[in-house]
Amino acid sequence: MMIRAEGLDKNYTSGGRPLPVLRSLDLEIEARAFVSIVGPSGSGKTTLLGLLAGLDEPSGGRVYLDGHDIFAMTEDERAEFRGQRVGFVFQTFHLLPTLTAVENVLVPLELRGVDGDVRPRAEALLARVGLGDRLDHYPAQLSGGEQQRVALARAFANKPRILFADEPTGNLDRDTGDTIVGMLEELNREEETTLVLVTHDRELAERAHRVIALDDGRIGEDRPGRGPSVLVAAGG
Amino acid sequence: MRSPLRARFALRLAVRESRHGLRRVGVYMASITLGVAALVSIHSFRDDFARSIQEEADVLMGANARLEDDVPFPPDVEAVLDSLRAADVPVARVTTASTMVYAPRSEVVRLFQVRSLEVGYPFYGEVRTEPEGRWGAHLEPGRVLVDPAVLSQMAVDVGDTLVIGRERLEIAATVDDLPTDVAYQTAIGPRIHVSPATMERAELLGFGSLARYEAYLAIPDVGERRELRETHEETFRAAGVRYRLAEEQARSLSNGVRFLGRFLGSVGVGARLLGGVGVAAAIHVYIREKRPGIAVLRCIGAGQSTAFLAYLIQAAWLGLLGAGAGAVLGVGLQEIMPVVLSDILPVEVETRLSPISIAAGLGIGVWVAVVFALIPLLQVRDVPPLAALRSDFEPPRRRLDIPRIVAYALMVASVVALCVLEAPDEEVGVAFAVALATATALIAGVGWGLARFTRRFFPRRASYPVRQGVSNLFRPQNQTISVTLALGLGAFVIGTIVQVESSLRDDLTVSFGAGQPNVLFFDIQTDQIDPLLDLLPADARAAAEVSPLVTSRIASINGRTPEELRAIEDRAERPEGWALRREYRNTYREDLGGAETVVAGRWWDGTPGVDDDTTVDAGGLARVSLEDDIARDLRVGLGDTITWNVAGMEVPSVVTSLRTVEWDRLEPNFFAILEPGVLEAAPQSILMVTRIPDADERARVQRSLVGAFPNVSALDFSRVQEAIDSVLSRVRQAVAVLGGFSALAGIIVLIGALATSSAQRLREGALLKTLGARRRQVLTVLFSEYLALGSLATASGLLLAVVAAALLVPNLFEIEYTLRVAPLLLIWLVVVTLTVVTGLAGSRELLRRPPLPVLREAPE
Repeated sequence: MMIRAEGLDKNYTSGGRPLPVLRSLDLEIEARAFVSIVGPSGSGKTTLLGLLAGLDEPSGGRVYLDGHDIFAMTEDERAEFRGQRVGFVFQTFHLLPTLTAVENVLVPLELRGVDGDVRPRAEALLARVGLGDRLDHYPAQLSGGEQQRVALARAFANKPRILFADEPTGNLDRDTGDTIVGMLEELNREEETTLVLVTHDRELAERAHRVIALDDGRIGEDRPGRGPSVLVAAGG
Repeated sequence: MRSPLRARFALRLAVRESRHGLRRVGVYMASITLGVAALVSIHSFRDDFARSIQEEADVLMGANARLEDDVPFPPDVEAVLDSLRAADVPVARVTTASTMVYAPRSEVVRLFQVRSLEVGYPFYGEVRTEPEGRWGAHLEPGRVLVDPAVLSQMAVDVGDTLVIGRERLEIAATVDDLPTDVAYQTAIGPRIHVSPATMERAELLGFGSLARYEAYLAIPDVGERRELRETHEETFRAAGVRYRLAEEQARSLSNGVRFLGRFLGSVGVGARLLGGVGVAAAIHVYIREKRPGIAVLRCIGAGQSTAFLAYLIQAAWLGLLGAGAGAVLGVGLQEIMPVVLSDILPVEVETRLSPISIAAGLGIGVWVAVVFALIPLLQVRDVPPLAALRSDFEPPRRRLDIPRIVAYALMVASVVALCVLEAPDEEVGVAFAVALATATALIAGVGWGLARFTRRFFPRRASYPVRQGVSNLFRPQNQTISVTLALGLGAFVIGTIVQVESSLRDDLTVSFGAGQPNVLFFDIQTDQIDPLLDLLPADARAAAEVSPLVTSRIASINGRTPEELRAIEDRAERPEGWALRREYRNTYREDLGGAETVVAGRWWDGTPGVDDDTTVDAGGLARVSLEDDIARDLRVGLGDTITWNVAGMEVPSVVTSLRTVEWDRLEPNFFAILEPGVLEAAPQSILMVTRIPDADERARVQRSLVGAFPNVSALDFSRVQEAIDSVLSRVRQAVAVLGGFSALAGIIVLIGALATSSAQRLREGALLKTLGARRRQVLTVLFSEYLALGSLATASGLLLAVVAAALLVPNLFEIEYTLRVAPLLLIWLVVVTLTVVTGLAGSRELLRRPPLPVLREAPE
């Protein structure tokens, strides 16, 4: 399994009392899968994403990514692990406003200290998402959809094993959002990543091959989506 | 991840970010610029001056060595001078005395210093006169040379006549540049240069006249002039004659400027520390704005140290930019300083680039920027990657850990080091650092208290825009405390100095108030008392107080000579050298003066001391009453014996009382008063004080003096007040410089604070306009905010200034403190006006831009 969660608990403190958000959640996601996690606001889906990505610490339980117990690592070790194996796409794009499009894409590569000239890869990725002529533009000079495409390119820069996407179309109109998701799926297939997508949009969620619905901190539903299965996608 | 890798990415990120985001924080670096400019310019100038002084030492003295005393040289010293002349060593005598000078054409009479100069003086340097080439005219019979200020004060010109003593003399020329002078001295105490023969004919010097006797020597060889001192040291010491080398005088001149440099350097320290405060505030806000980006970096693989390093590099780079600009500015100021200070510099100062000062400025500027940036930079470590998903997520606040402790320790150590660097010694530096830290903490504390008070008690009935403006001081990420600190520190410095100066002025002015004597006559001979009294108006004659002055030196205390006393190792027991060495002008009288109080022992008539009424058995010795401070300096008390040397005769006495003296009251006050019946036959001159209220009458009396009593001088106290005012006006100039500098540093921090919060202010303004606020209302919000901010800052500083002055004035200056509200109000007005103008100028965009584009640009 690429992703495995065992007995995952997460509590927040509200008004001095513990507020459980996730309750003993168990989850397994196989490699190269495309999984969506849905649920209404407050259902715990973003919390789950944060825990699976090692961005937050659970109140209880464990998470294994690519066979590694990520909460047995230090914070810096988790960061390094993410840099090598995980990509992110955020709802609000989260590009560094002071860097150009190509520089934003280069960041994960430069953080890893990849040998050789990595700029061609960054340029190729941007061309892949249709921004080959906008390399030196700053985020402020790009539309929302274009910014999200840069974010996509950045997410795939390091050839991640796992890609986490948090409401990637949340700030976009429907048409642009469809375009982005299409690119996401395509890149995902080409790079053979495991894609976990969090969304409140049921229609978007159905594009995954597996839909996990959260309800009050637990998995309420775990069923196939309309997307192709892992084996079909891999040509197996 | 390996360190070199982190550093490379961090450096790359820092370079890329510097293309944009540093403009706003760059303003804070201007504070670093100011502090570095002060350091570079002052240190460089000090070096230039010291070098120029040493190169010109001989010219500054006009000779290589000098002998000086307050009485004519005794025979054994004259013998030394004779032997030097016999050995072809050039010797030139200079005698300086004060005397009344009368100008018949303008009918002005004034007290001036008259100097008789022998041929040859000065041995070095060019003297410039107007008309040119007239140096030496004072040696011609019937002629004098004068300092230019004499012409203006006497309302005369070259060619006019001056009456000096018994002589009528023509002004041959003015001395525009005498290399041995510091120019401003001649404005305060201008001189008239005459020949020795003229001085003798004018009969200016009677017995006991206050005069200075100097002999200048041209001995180019350094070894020889030092050998002269070694050979005749005992002779000079026994005679009380001072022997000074040109290089020693040069060093003490340098020390004067060095002191001034240290004083200004302290202001520079303040500016550098304010710069540090500004850096800390700017970086704090900068990192808050970078939070989302930092969170993303943490998501995609950056460790805590990588992110921290990237922003540390940016802070260091900004520090270097600021320091670089400061070094350039400092070099420019270094070139200007000799021009600006030309009227008080004794030499022409040649400026040279000082690599050490520049390097120190750059190094310290970067260091301050980095050290003060460290603490806010540490919050980079606290940005959780989860913040990329949840922008409102705040992790639990980190407790004090080792990096934070180290950062705080570095900051404290740096502050102390900066203070010690500018101080004459470590103790003073540490004391200054503690004082600065205390003032800073108190201003911040008072500011915080006032802010809370304002928040709690601000009237709810005030209009919404005013309430909004005031409440903006407390908005999240506000800069209120740092601006309060910056402006408040400046207000504190200026307010304290202004209060101290006011109290000094009050104290010095009161002494000349109604009913007090306002004219003093001195160098009166005993047979001139009655004729002089006859010159005075009737009421002045009746009010005149006559005091004999008997010149004395201490021959022994309790049987021990001054040499034996100086050899005492225990400092507590050893008398102060200057008190043993000095020439005393003692008196004798029956009654206590109006400014005196017996505090210990008993006066001649048995009046007991207020603290101690011990009766001392004189045992047949003359009774003497000592002023209590001089008694302490001489380490003597009731019952101790002092033997006085009066014109070669020994007069033993016993201390039977101690007095306190109000020296600021211009009455004849004395360190030592002997009982009547002891010194009447001793050689003496007379001092007389009286009151002549009418200025014309005073002038008439002084004119009469010139012809009738050429050796008698009169001191009109109104002239003294002018001289004091002149000195105090220079203090005010220094205050203005300090004030301007501090205010500038404070305003720079203010500008930086406005710049870093401009985005937030812009959004708030856009929101208000969207909700219906008119332009005038938005303006009122801004005006109220800046008015409140400026008032808060100034009030904090001025409150503390009043407390500081109330402590300093009575304890350091030993005078009464008087609160002066008007100057404080003026400072408040100026600082608040500056704050409001700066703030409104920086908010022009808010008023100009329509709201929608601003709201669209709002970050998530």
